[in-house]
Amino acid sequence: MTVDEVMKEVMLDRMFYEESGGGVTFSGGEPLMQGAFLLDLLTECKRQGLRTALDTSGYASREMISKISQFVDLFLYDLKLMDLEDHKKYTGVDNQGILENLIFLFERGKRIILRFPVIPGITNTQKNIAKIKDLLRSFNDSGSKAWNLEIDLLPYHTIAREKYHRFKKNNLLQNIQGLTKESMIPLKNELESIGVKVKIGG
Amino acid sequence: MMTDRIKKLRKQSLDAVNCINPERALLVTDFYSTGIDREVSVPVMRALSFEYILKNKHICINEGELIVGERGPAPKAVSTYPEINLHSLEDLEILNSRKKVSFKVDQTTKEIYRDKIIPFWQGRSNRDRIMRTLPEEWRQAYKAGIFTEFMEQRAPGHTVAGNKIYHKGMLDIIQDVERSKASLDWINDPHAYEKNEELKAMEITARAVILYAERHAEKLEVLAGQITANSDALRIKRRELQELAEICHRVPAHAPHTFHEALQYYWFVHLGVVIELNPWDSFNPGRLDQHLFPFYQREIEDGSLSRDAAMEILQSYWIKFNNHPAPPKVGVTALESNTYTDFALINLGGLKPDGSDGVNELTYLLLDVIEEMRLLQPSSMVQISKKSPDRFIQRTLQITKTGFGQPSYFNSDAIIQELLRQGKDLIDARNGGASGCVETGAFGTEAYILSGYFNLPKILEITLHNGMDPCLNKQIGPSTGNPEAFETYQDLLNAFRIQLNHFIQIKIKGNNLINRIFADLIPVPFLSLIIDDCVTKGTDYNNGGARYNTTYIQGVGLGSITDSLTSLKYHVFDRKTVSMKGIIKALTQNFTDFEELRAELVYHTPKYGNDEDFADDRAREVFDLFYTAVNGHPTAIGGIHRINLLPTTSHIYFGSVTGALPDGRLAGEPLSEGISPVQGADQKGPTAVLKSAAKLDHLRTGGTLLNQKFSPDFFENEESITKLTALIRSYFRMDGHHIQFNVVSAETLRDAQRFPEKHRDLIVRVAGYSDYFNDLGEDLQNEIIKRTEHQSI
Repeated sequence: MTVDEVMKEVMLDRMFYEESGGGVTFSGGEPLMQGAFLLDLLTECKRQGLRTALDTSGYASREMISKISQFVDLFLYDLKLMDLEDHKKYTGVDNQGILENLIFLFERGKRIILRFPVIPGITNTQKNIAKIKDLLRSFNDSGSKAWNLEIDLLPYHTIAREKYHRFKKNNLLQNIQGLTKESMIPLKNELESIGVKVKIGG
Repeated sequence: MMTDRIKKLRKQSLDAVNCINPERALLVTDFYSTGIDREVSVPVMRALSFEYILKNKHICINEGELIVGERGPAPKAVSTYPEINLHSLEDLEILNSRKKVSFKVDQTTKEIYRDKIIPFWQGRSNRDRIMRTLPEEWRQAYKAGIFTEFMEQRAPGHTVAGNKIYHKGMLDIIQDVERSKASLDWINDPHAYEKNEELKAMEITARAVILYAERHAEKLEVLAGQITANSDALRIKRRELQELAEICHRVPAHAPHTFHEALQYYWFVHLGVVIELNPWDSFNPGRLDQHLFPFYQREIEDGSLSRDAAMEILQSYWIKFNNHPAPPKVGVTALESNTYTDFALINLGGLKPDGSDGVNELTYLLLDVIEEMRLLQPSSMVQISKKSPDRFIQRTLQITKTGFGQPSYFNSDAIIQELLRQGKDLIDARNGGASGCVETGAFGTEAYILSGYFNLPKILEITLHNGMDPCLNKQIGPSTGNPEAFETYQDLLNAFRIQLNHFIQIKIKGNNLINRIFADLIPVPFLSLIIDDCVTKGTDYNNGGARYNTTYIQGVGLGSITDSLTSLKYHVFDRKTVSMKGIIKALTQNFTDFEELRAELVYHTPKYGNDEDFADDRAREVFDLFYTAVNGHPTAIGGIHRINLLPTTSHIYFGSVTGALPDGRLAGEPLSEGISPVQGADQKGPTAVLKSAAKLDHLRTGGTLLNQKFSPDFFENEESITKLTALIRSYFRMDGHHIQFNVVSAETLRDAQRFPEKHRDLIVRVAGYSDYFNDLGEDLQNEIIKRTEHQSI
């Protein structure tokens, strides 16, 4: 696909962006895996006056993050596991660069909504949440924020189970129960108490 | 909160069983039996028969109600109109026993029909007259299912009251009638005699409705007099009956002074219209918040009315509409029709005559009434203009969210442009709105008569058979060539155009014949009092007396015809992967042994509803052909033929008489409805549907209907309500005419099919109106389930 082809699709919905104050969200997979193409698309979106959002794990070079960040109005930025080893175990990669990129974007004053997938026994651990709170506190204390710190709590759900079954694939999280939205409330309160805007779902 | 009395009245209305009541038929028969119809002119005779009914019919006052008057002797006791269509004993039996929305017919009624009504009217009803008059080619096309005929069983109607009655009493209107009579030019006007007779008739009906109100006043006074005990509660009750009696003495004779009088006045007018005849789409107060606001504001300010009291009167008024199902039909329609709500559609919001935003405090109060009453009738809609506040849309979405299919959403700015394009005055246009399902009209000044649905895909079927209807196995259209010899898509389209024009002309000729029959033989002098300029022109509503006269032909199956033409263009003419011969063979065999081809047509062909020009351009082509075939032809009463695009439930009937189509639809399945995509063909979400739908030129129609079904989680929080607001605004910015939301999960609906008793209160949007899911036929139920359920925007 060319940039023109994608932009043609994107522009079909111009009217809806304008009326809703919305715009284009790039998500994936990981859009930064195709950084150069993404950069071209973002440049073109901005030329057309569209609002842009990027849904990313943050796993990319500093150079790439820096380049694209000038064309992105809103980052939807995953925050999975704070512990380096745990992160490696579950995602296969290091989280050091990811966290540094996050701090970089934060210091640049970019608007970021953190996205925290709450998975029982994996991310929903005391240790992990304590570290996340530390991070959020440090952001809040740094005093440089140009935006209200926001985090979405994404309770684990099992909708994909049926798909694994249909495609005869092995579901590694087979035994993990889904979480209700209501069960997120204590965590929501906890995070709000440090001055963060929290949303359940999204 | 509903007061106890409203709870009781609402329950009475919901529990009342539809039944056929012979009172009106008997009175009309008695009246005609006197032979008076041979002594006076037709309009005067119709006026006298109206007066005879109102003088003699039973007066019904329901316990505790604040608005009085019933068409029949009790709630849901439905009148019949033998002078329009005569029910046979078989019809009565079908109505009594049919599974969906039955009308109970007791033994006495059957005997009255057998002994008096049928012997008198056999062969003399207007339906008999119409059927005798229409030419053979019309009958053939009708039988083939190319079009339906509205005027066969009901009178024209299709109009909405303006604001005249809120500042003129019947006595004032009689003065207008007198003035009009006095100014007749007997020297130069060859129609002076007819006009004089019509004006005489109007005056008789005006006096008759005053008398009818007086009869209510008398009965109310009698009821008040019967209360002799002197407890506080009884004193209040007596006082209330006396007050109601005073109101009935005052209106409709005089212009209303109060909010309460205004509503009671309208209700007498409503009853007059639906007792005089059985006009289509009931009758309708139209822009209720605009009409009532001056009364409301004044009385709230001077303290004579409280918000709660206003609410209670409105609720009592709402129940009145629900007490009046549509008059039941005869013949095969009696067996099959699912639609027995009478399509009163209250309009809220929109613009004031001066062009400013019309949303006011009362608008929001009325939305509260709608939400709380949750009744099928009256139905409701909101008119949204670019000037309407977001709060108005958001408040309405909160009601939509509760899943009873009301209110629906209309684009005021589009409605006004549609009316202006038709040559109407700007102020008349701003006073307009939509009624029935989605039909645009200038309220109080226009007769906009729907004449019949038109089966667009059937025209393609006939084109593909060179003028023959394969179902009837008969040549009913012109020979437009063997389609296998068509070299280009344009050849196909030309043949389609010729067939389309042929059948549209048959329909228009039929319309003009029927127009004249009503104009000459079934005038409606009472309705003519209400709609301008019948009085000043001295001309009946059914004879072109209204300021504006429009006759609509409603195109059906736009999605199906679009996808079928797209299939043929894509596979046969552009890619040449399938031969015309092959496709026609597959269609003839209803795709038996052509499963692979069918899969190709269904799954690997561009489809309308996905914002893809390849398919959407075909929609535009069909639209233009249909528009050109219909628009601008004069009607026999001085009006103009125009198009709109809505199906009510006819897409099911039309589907049943249409063979397999090139889009892969099997023979007998429903056609697409309104301007919605073929069921399941839209794969790219609601924004793409709206984009495709907006490619049609809505402003050249008198209304289009677009259904979108959402699961309730769509309306979950403020954010989603904001999104839907933007969705509506976007569609309207693209000049979309109307959109409505069905808010139920498919799961719920399936459950309702399995366990109807568990879901008695389940109301769904059908097509421009809402109905109880349980009351719908299984096909229609399945279709509603099938309508694409969009899970997220």
